[in-house]
Amino acid sequence: MDSKGMADAIPRLGALDHLGLAARAHGEKGAAGVRLAERRFLAKLNLRGDPNDHGFMGAVASVLDGFEPRIIPNTAVHTGRFDLLWLGPDEWLVVAADGAEAELEARLTAAVAPHGGTVTDVSESRTTIVVSGPNARDVLAKGCPLDLHPRAFAAGACAQSLVAKVGVILHRTDTAAPGEPARFELHALRSFADYLWRFLDDAGQEYGVTVMEG
Amino acid sequence: MLLIACPWCGPRAELEFRCGGQGHLTRLTDAMEVSDAEFARYLYMRDNPKGWHYERWNHVNGCRRWFNAVRHTVTHEFHATYKPGEPKPDLPRS
Amino acid sequence: MSNGELRLPTGGRIDRAQPLRFIFDGAGYSGYAGDTLASALLANGVRLVGRSFKYHRPRGILSAGAEEPNALVELGNGARREPNLRATQIELHDGLVASSQNRWPSLDLDIGAINNLASRLLPSGFYYKTFMWPPSFWHFYEHFIRRAAGMGRAATEPDPDRYDHRYEHCDVLVVGAGPAGIAAALAAGRSGARVVLCDEQQEMGGDLLASMALIDGAPAADWVARALGELGALPEVRLLPRATAFGYYDHNAVAIVERVADHLARPGPGLPRQCVWHVRARRVVLATGAIERPLVFRDNDRPGVMLANAARVYLRRYAVACGRRAVLFTNNDAAYGAALDLRAGGMDIAAIVDLRADPKGQRTEAARAQGLRVLAGRAVIGVQGSKAVSGVEVARLQDDASAAILDREQIACDTVLMSGGWTPTIHLFSQSGGKLRFDTETAAFVPDRATQALRSAGACNGATRLSDCLAQGAAAGAAAAQDAGFAAAAPPLPELDPDLDEAPMRHLWVVPSDAPVGHKGKHFVDFQNDVTAADIRLASREGYRSVEHLKRYTTTGMGTDQGKTSNVAALAILAEATNASIPQVGTTTFRPPYTPVTMGALTGRTVGPLLEPARWTPIHRWHVRTGAVFENTGQWQRARYYPMAGEDMHAAVEREVRAARNLVGLFDASTLGKIDVKGPDSARFLDLVYTNSWSKLAIGRSRYGLMLRDDGYIYDDGVTTRLGPEHFLVSTTSGNAAPVLSFMEDLLQTEWPHLKVRLTSVTEQFAVVTLSGPMARRLLAELTRDIDLSPQAFPFMTLRAGTVAGIPVRVFRVSFTGDLSFEIQARASHGLALWHACLAVGEKYGITPYGLEAMHVLRAEKGYIIVGQETDGTATPDDLGMGAMVAHAKPDFIGKRGLKRAELLRPERKQLVGLRLADGEHKPLPEGAHLVNDPGLPPPMPMLGHVTSSYYSPTVGAPIALAMIKNGRARMGEELYAPLPDRVVRARVVAPCFFDPEGKRLHG
Repeated sequence: MDSKGMADAIPRLGALDHLGLAARAHGEKGAAGVRLAERRFLAKLNLRGDPNDHGFMGAVASVLDGFEPRIIPNTAVHTGRFDLLWLGPDEWLVVAADGAEAELEARLTAAVAPHGGTVTDVSESRTTIVVSGPNARDVLAKGCPLDLHPRAFAAGACAQSLVAKVGVILHRTDTAAPGEPARFELHALRSFADYLWRFLDDAGQEYGVTVMEG
Repeated sequence: MLLIACPWCGPRAELEFRCGGQGHLTRLTDAMEVSDAEFARYLYMRDNPKGWHYERWNHVNGCRRWFNAVRHTVTHEFHATYKPGEPKPDLPRS
Repeated sequence: MSNGELRLPTGGRIDRAQPLRFIFDGAGYSGYAGDTLASALLANGVRLVGRSFKYHRPRGILSAGAEEPNALVELGNGARREPNLRATQIELHDGLVASSQNRWPSLDLDIGAINNLASRLLPSGFYYKTFMWPPSFWHFYEHFIRRAAGMGRAATEPDPDRYDHRYEHCDVLVVGAGPAGIAAALAAGRSGARVVLCDEQQEMGGDLLASMALIDGAPAADWVARALGELGALPEVRLLPRATAFGYYDHNAVAIVERVADHLARPGPGLPRQCVWHVRARRVVLATGAIERPLVFRDNDRPGVMLANAARVYLRRYAVACGRRAVLFTNNDAAYGAALDLRAGGMDIAAIVDLRADPKGQRTEAARAQGLRVLAGRAVIGVQGSKAVSGVEVARLQDDASAAILDREQIACDTVLMSGGWTPTIHLFSQSGGKLRFDTETAAFVPDRATQALRSAGACNGATRLSDCLAQGAAAGAAAAQDAGFAAAAPPLPELDPDLDEAPMRHLWVVPSDAPVGHKGKHFVDFQNDVTAADIRLASREGYRSVEHLKRYTTTGMGTDQGKTSNVAALAILAEATNASIPQVGTTTFRPPYTPVTMGALTGRTVGPLLEPARWTPIHRWHVRTGAVFENTGQWQRARYYPMAGEDMHAAVEREVRAARNLVGLFDASTLGKIDVKGPDSARFLDLVYTNSWSKLAIGRSRYGLMLRDDGYIYDDGVTTRLGPEHFLVSTTSGNAAPVLSFMEDLLQTEWPHLKVRLTSVTEQFAVVTLSGPMARRLLAELTRDIDLSPQAFPFMTLRAGTVAGIPVRVFRVSFTGDLSFEIQARASHGLALWHACLAVGEKYGITPYGLEAMHVLRAEKGYIIVGQETDGTATPDDLGMGAMVAHAKPDFIGKRGLKRAELLRPERKQLVGLRLADGEHKPLPEGAHLVNDPGLPPPMPMLGHVTSSYYSPTVGAPIALAMIKNGRARMGEELYAPLPDRVVRARVVAPCFFDPEGKRLHG
């Protein structure tokens, strides 16, 4: 067995596994105002480079389905396979499916390195908590100073801020289609995940909380 | 709680920021040549105006960028926030 | 009186279909949904509701709102008991339990009332004058003063309720839902702006709910209902009743406390009791209304004396007559409106006593026309009755109000209604930084110049007419929405009754009586703090002429009501006494909160398990299951030690240290800060931020680095490894990970933007498992096939990548124990699997997990420093014996110039040494203990330094310590003394290394 194959057989521990979320998860959305879920082990890469360098932007696009990183602050693009979130004037977060990180890191690095870009795997640093439902904004407002009103935080918006004193990258992932409730992905540092989950779970009690599949 | 306009992210709550003290201080390049007294002035002496103040802030719980600001130390009004390297704006009258 | 006697058979806004039962002072009463506790008590004929703070005078209900100074009650039982709540703002619910305060044994018979008889002995400044001498007696006095001070009793058990906070953003925040506020919200809301309208009462509408005015030909309350219906249907308008805006902070941040569930007999699950809204508004409209002022006359505090408009509110909103026969005492026209309304509601108005000699407003004429007895140019010079009003004495005043009292007349009544004009509620405006202006006509401070993006509208802006309130509100709301970028227009005014002409007020701040003020009864200014006109005059004579001094000396304007009904009169009396004008005297600063806010609401959700974020390592759950004792280091929860059955900390740590020294220990080092450094200038950058050199560090090799600040003092330390030509992995101390990254980013972004370096925190990307001890290599050899662990192939301070137990890892040969160590980094999600693998294979080697405490002992035995423990922000590398780590030849690095400062080079600096205690000393020295040459000298004796780390060392078999001692390295072998509170300990200075000084184990 090669080392990769062996590693695949090693049990992985998610940041919230102790909560037994899978067993609590309900397939149906139910009447709860707040739906919480964890998306474990999403691939996450920190991408740095100069947005004024067409070579860099093109190199990123060549790997990420033809999409360049956004230069408009606090916005994200969804390529179909990847989310590409603006983090700073020369910094983005690439989010992809579990297991994609190694190959993606290699391909992106190869593409952007000649243009002074760098790529760092941070997949394990953060886990992703999904907050959705009719009261998703209400429960986030209990801990987050950002204005998450659709006029200020449209579909596809992203931002780094705090939720209950925990630093998070927020990403609004619903499409704002009529009748579609808001959906936010919170990429939170792994060590804080238990606290953040317990906060959201507690703050959501007023509206009812349903745990969903990730 | 102040509302601070990060030059990149726009207006955000003060919670996301940390103040970095007086702005437009440049690290001495000839530090080895200056006297202890001069070096102490560079290290320790800071403006403490009652009024407009050039200062630095870090969007520490946001985009992690450092930037400059002109803030009134009495009213907390921000006259300007701007990126490092951009020119120092004139102070408003008053 | 019998139950419900004063409730009118019809009218009011109460729901007679929903009777509610409640208990006050142990007796059962009933009221209706929509009542406040105050209106329900009045309806039941309960007039005596409390005893005053200082004199224990019987007190009744003065007002119908937030300004209430008297009717403070204790609400609830047990853990939910809450003191000092205003009965006027407690919404009645079924089963409510309240009791009066500041009385013993009962409200009716209160022993403390003896203070009233002894009041000549309790002048203003009584405490300062009496209890300060002799100074040593303060502690004796304090015991009694503390018992006498304060009104209610707080609960002593943990609060069982949950509280909430939430952030809210809007274009226009309107504070106050009276006529001006509703008009503002309508104007702004119709434009599509995001509007929040908050009001402190249970029902929005403000004074319109009690008004007999017609709007568009219908009762004012109908207009309120229509407007609220429209606002409620606007998707971007949020209505917040029961929500008090209590603080106006910078940049239009307004804090509002919403009483979410206080009014519910059985709150729903998960519902917070109260919620603090942190509102950030582009624009604010303050429509906070005005508060009626009492008049200052003799014994104006008797139960049954109340504000005229309050009586109107009780009648119109709650269908409660505050009494049967009232005398109205006024200095203005507006109160005539109240008198007419009350009479229309069936109350007998015995007389209207008007301070003005010849009042000629349209309302006064109307009163006369309706046959009301108007006694102009007269005053109420005294009130009869103690626990209830039985009558008043009225007399004619000379024009200058100072001369003799003429034409005395007794009028029997059970209620005295007073009106001294209106005080605009400018608290929030003033908190916002707005400048005030004194309006002489109304004798009131009104908003002048705003310094934040706000507008005032309506009564809080000095408006007295409904038409002005509606017009100002509509204009302010429209302008606010326009400022926020919306095309808003002020709606046209509805059709209103014609405005009435009003005659000017007469300001007579202290109404004379037939004895000098202060004799034969009391003229109260501040009811809650029992401050009288005589107290203020006395304070002024004693030299307290600044309003801020007056407030603190007499306590006027303090307490839960903060002088809402008393401030203007107090200022005016001080102004008269000092021959100054009121604007010259000025006003005290308004500070949040407007009304008291519970500690629970301020705390919100961050209590108990949610008090503070706790950070867990990827191996945390194992530590928990194993029964580790945890230590909070910053936010990280780290295993301190792992006690086995019957072990205390000392025993557990000793066992863990021995195992790590003699066999092999296992340590969770995941919290260590890790920064990924990439880019062509990475080595150059590290050369600049560390004292030592990195450019020549070979790939795959590690080096310990010291980081200074510009001043030359140590800031952080850690091992950095070169992963590639342009790629390093920096480690920082656990607690400093974020500050160091920020420090490095600062330099890159602002000082050296030309350097091509990128920093990414990877602290949490990896779990770090450390194997340390003589058996570490043999153990690890069983877990890896692709890493040659021999000392030749894998020497100290190098890195190898490979697999351990099948897990992809990086293995670092670094050590913080002084023993052979391997630090294994795996992806965080593999951390626990790696830990288990080490434990399983390690069993036969006696593997023992060790915690933070044992780690500290191990490193101290070796003399390794911890930044923040051995260093205190004023230590240099040389102080710690690490001068050789400074590459002075480098052209520049942070701290290079700082190190050359005279202070950092002077002799006699404190230096790191070790200490061995005299034979027979088994207890380690306390950390922080000072060391001296001669403990026999009288204190303060010259001190040589202090202990920085101190432990019992199982390896040495004795206590050891690290210390910073003046000129320490030149003192090897010297005996010093640590004078402790209970003994003096002798200690010998030794090298700061108690284990393997040659480093054989480290490199082995």
